[in-house]
Amino acid sequence: MSMINYASREINCKLVYYGPGLGGKTTNLEFVYNKVAPNSRGKLISLATETERTLFFDFLPVDLGTIRGFKTRFHLYTVPGQVYYNASRKLILKGVDGVVFVADSQIERMEANIESMQNLYDNMAQHGYNLTGIPFVIQYNKRDLPNAATIRELQAALNPGWGVEDPARQRELPDPYHEGESLVEQIEGQWIERAGYFEAVAMSGDGVFDTLKAVSKLVLKSLGS
Amino acid sequence: MAGASSWSLREDDSQRIHVILAELLRECNARTAMIVDRAGQMVSVVGEEPVFDSVAFASLTAADFSANDQLARMIGEPEFGSLFHQGEKESMYLADIARRVILVVLFDNRTTLGLVKLRVRQTVVDLRQMFEAMFKRGSAGQPKVEIDFLGEAEDEIDKLFGA
Repeated sequence: MSMINYASREINCKLVYYGPGLGGKTTNLEFVYNKVAPNSRGKLISLATETERTLFFDFLPVDLGTIRGFKTRFHLYTVPGQVYYNASRKLILKGVDGVVFVADSQIERMEANIESMQNLYDNMAQHGYNLTGIPFVIQYNKRDLPNAATIRELQAALNPGWGVEDPARQRELPDPYHEGESLVEQIEGQWIERAGYFEAVAMSGDGVFDTLKAVSKLVLKSLGS
Repeated sequence: MAGASSWSLREDDSQRIHVILAELLRECNARTAMIVDRAGQMVSVVGEEPVFDSVAFASLTAADFSANDQLARMIGEPEFGSLFHQGEKESMYLADIARRVILVVLFDNRTTLGLVKLRVRQTVVDLRQMFEAMFKRGSAGQPKVEIDFLGEAEDEIDKLFGA
């Protein structure tokens, strides 16, 4: 629910990092916090347990500056990944403009990823939002680990795609980030769309900004449509 | 509906909110009145300019209110229409407006909770009418962001997050 404030000439957009526990959502925000110029970001607020597990959310505002007279700001949130914090996880999705799903690439975490993705669809639906209709990207994190599943396996499990009903959108859309791949394509007569995906090692920052750039551009585009 | 509906605040809306909140502050001798939307964005601030980080404050206020909403449901109430946080010197009173925004009143010991509550009651009625009309209007008739805005915003994203 981006709010355009014509009085103070501000646009604020809400991005939510979702995914299973210990997948690297908070690490993404911490990396952004440490790398973005201090005058372009606010405080990183973490509502966490004593053992630094996210209890409610992390929050980081990032200022894009004044564009065409509008002060434009992204509010980055993480949700608590652990299964039993679903009540608070759902609250954070309220008013979301864009979602990043941070998947844990380790093969042992495949079930946790799938469960969290299903939970994301369910919680969005309970708010009356449709995940396939809003800016949404997937980040496959921890690509450096020896037990990481292949991208093909992860894509098959977490990003198999959804049917494209709108005839205007039923045309091949190349994936700008992966040569030879498509975000929208026809498979056995069915038009299928997938979320864009990124490989990352959030601990070292690889892929963190690629993911954030992609989702924030999608969100801005959605403001214009 | 794909995502949550967007809404916009026009110059005249902002002025009307300002008048209502300024009147409230005058009547109950509170320090600052704010409107925060349920997604965690600051909409208006009237009265003494807060010395804290108002962006973080807005996100925490929305989370606080949402968490309490869920607690209300658990004990069989549809909602808690208002919340009160008492400090030694500074206190805050929060009230729901049309289920979409939150009125926050900051006050100290120059006034009393009773007076704040009493005055907020009418303010809530006035603001509810106003916001309901605004939400009904939606973003229809509002200028969308321009194409040039998108191009420039993309450039800024590349600059800030590394091209």
